[in-house]
Amino acid sequence: MADASLGLWTVPLAVFGGAIRVSTPFLFVSLGECITERSGRINLGLEGTLVMGAMSAYGISYLSGSPWLGVLAAGITGALFGALHAGVCSLPRVNDIAVGIALMLLGTGLAFFLGKPLIEPTAARLPAIDFGWWSDVPQVRAALRINVLFLIGVAIAPLLYWAFRTTRWGLLIRTAGESADAARAMGHSVLLIRLRATMVGGFLAGIGGSFLSLFYPGSWNEGLSSGQGITAVALVIFARWDPMLCLWASLAFGGAAALGPALQSVGVTSGYHLFNAAPYILTLAIMIITCSPKRTLTGAPAELSITR
Amino acid sequence: MTTEAAESVEAAGGVAPAADPGFLQRYGASIEYILIPGAALVGALAVFGGFIALYGKNPLDLYFYMYYGAFGTWFSWQNTLTRAAPLILTALCTALPAQLGMVIIGGEGALLIGALSATSAALALQGAAPIVVQIAMVIAGMIGGGLWITLSGGLRQYRGVNETISSLLLVYIALAILNHLVEGPMRDPASLNKPSTREIGAANMIGSIPGTDVHWGLVFGLVAAVAAYILIYHTTFGFAARVAGGNIRAAKIVGLGVGKLILTVCFLAGSSAGLAGMIEVAAVQGRTNANLAAGYGFTGILVAFLARQNPLAIIPVAILLGGISASGGLLQRRLGLPDASVLVLQGIIFVFVLASDALYGRIGFLKGKS
Repeated sequence: MADASLGLWTVPLAVFGGAIRVSTPFLFVSLGECITERSGRINLGLEGTLVMGAMSAYGISYLSGSPWLGVLAAGITGALFGALHAGVCSLPRVNDIAVGIALMLLGTGLAFFLGKPLIEPTAARLPAIDFGWWSDVPQVRAALRINVLFLIGVAIAPLLYWAFRTTRWGLLIRTAGESADAARAMGHSVLLIRLRATMVGGFLAGIGGSFLSLFYPGSWNEGLSSGQGITAVALVIFARWDPMLCLWASLAFGGAAALGPALQSVGVTSGYHLFNAAPYILTLAIMIITCSPKRTLTGAPAELSITR
Repeated sequence: MTTEAAESVEAAGGVAPAADPGFLQRYGASIEYILIPGAALVGALAVFGGFIALYGKNPLDLYFYMYYGAFGTWFSWQNTLTRAAPLILTALCTALPAQLGMVIIGGEGALLIGALSATSAALALQGAAPIVVQIAMVIAGMIGGGLWITLSGGLRQYRGVNETISSLLLVYIALAILNHLVEGPMRDPASLNKPSTREIGAANMIGSIPGTDVHWGLVFGLVAAVAAYILIYHTTFGFAARVAGGNIRAAKIVGLGVGKLILTVCFLAGSSAGLAGMIEVAAVQGRTNANLAAGYGFTGILVAFLARQNPLAIIPVAILLGGISASGGLLQRRLGLPDASVLVLQGIIFVFVLASDALYGRIGFLKGKS
């Protein structure tokens, strides 16, 4: 009954609900990458970190019965991958983009290897808060079942914005990203700052992965992440390294990614795969519009190899 | 030069050439290019062995089966060489733009588009003589893959979009296009479980090198690698590309058309990966379906980095990594390891190879100073 009365409104509603649900991994990875890139290094390996995070969260949640322990394990795994990235990058003449590609391959490979026995069993999933209790339309209720991790991510964005601007910690990261020499002159170790920034970035990306396996889609399989990690890295670039813009961009992306399933739910199935590619096409389109060959991007950390 | 050589012979007292400082001065750098990646490979194998030991398997068994599955028998050699063929071509997709200082990692996308284009050409020419169809497939595959990577190059040149990210995004877009076409407009109604295009026909397959089960794709790969080597190191074009890769401002000052260089090199890179896609269709699958996204494009990136972006070095490295992936089946059957173990080893090798970059010029005895 409710279904019939909604009619075509199902699609925007599903996109809205999807934006909240699907955007969470984008949000965590992009905030993490934002910290890392602000310190002057790019970590393309977050795609691998995301998958590793998803696998370890699922495994720990299955073994311990506590999904929150799984989230923590995913974060720690991510931080370890961040440490590996930073460690290899701190060797002389090692290119951070290449190390990122290597860790992307290593992370997905390792996750598939260790996650093989996890495809069958069902792990405890993260709980959701029901914000749609006031409505009796099932679609509205479904769209407003919001996971706590999303709310945490939304809270981290302004916190990070504030921290970059006003705290000593934020200033150090920005100094390392803008001028390694200046940071060195102030008596700080650039490598240490970047190590910490990459580890925190990996921690957040790992948590983003735990959302994939523990909430939505909510299971572990090898096709779980298909490029969300790399899309989120691109997203940081056109969010101009601004955590608040990362938040809005992630929501836009979540909406784009939810378009395919939403259309499928109302019976449009013909271009399903093309709609699923919407986030990648959107990323490319936004990068084409916002980048320019003539100037470096405003807000880009000067030490970042990707914008030079 | 002569005095130096004479001195060194005198100093070394005519013993083995490795102890001759003149020899080391001349060849020390070249030895490094073999020794350091070799050491990285050994280190990676050791770490992987440790990982497997933690998993409860004997690392010595692992090494034996890896060797046996890759190079132990004529059968495994043929399996290895068959896998090396697309790897040579996808590695060129990363190695050619690398001469210009670009990091392209979208070989997988160009491979898929190349396969789709080649299949379309073959299906459009049903009934023509096989040789015509095969030539059309090669051309279509190369143009399809070439344009796909040119897109990344053009975005970099004219819009300043980072080519690493754009080429990777294009992989996912290519995969979506492929899935859309094989499940929709190009689907063979008879393919039920695995949506595929119609078959290109047995007569149009390129077949095997006589006396072996290795398909002609290997020859395509070898020719492409040698041609790329000549292009980069023995032509004005390649020289211009390397100048632009070394210092883009200097290249502009001396009047090199950097934009044209980028587009041409990206086209060649993509057409190489597109050719790999054509080969997978015309020699292995016989049709286009999701099986083509087997990761050759991603392993090709590793091959290119391990070969230090040198087209000739790509050949042995591709055979080595083809061997590793060929041994994957044996590791699964005999040791009960998951099929992803090959991916883990590749990842570990990649990390080691990159970390070993720090060693160049730092190994004391190779500097040739006595």
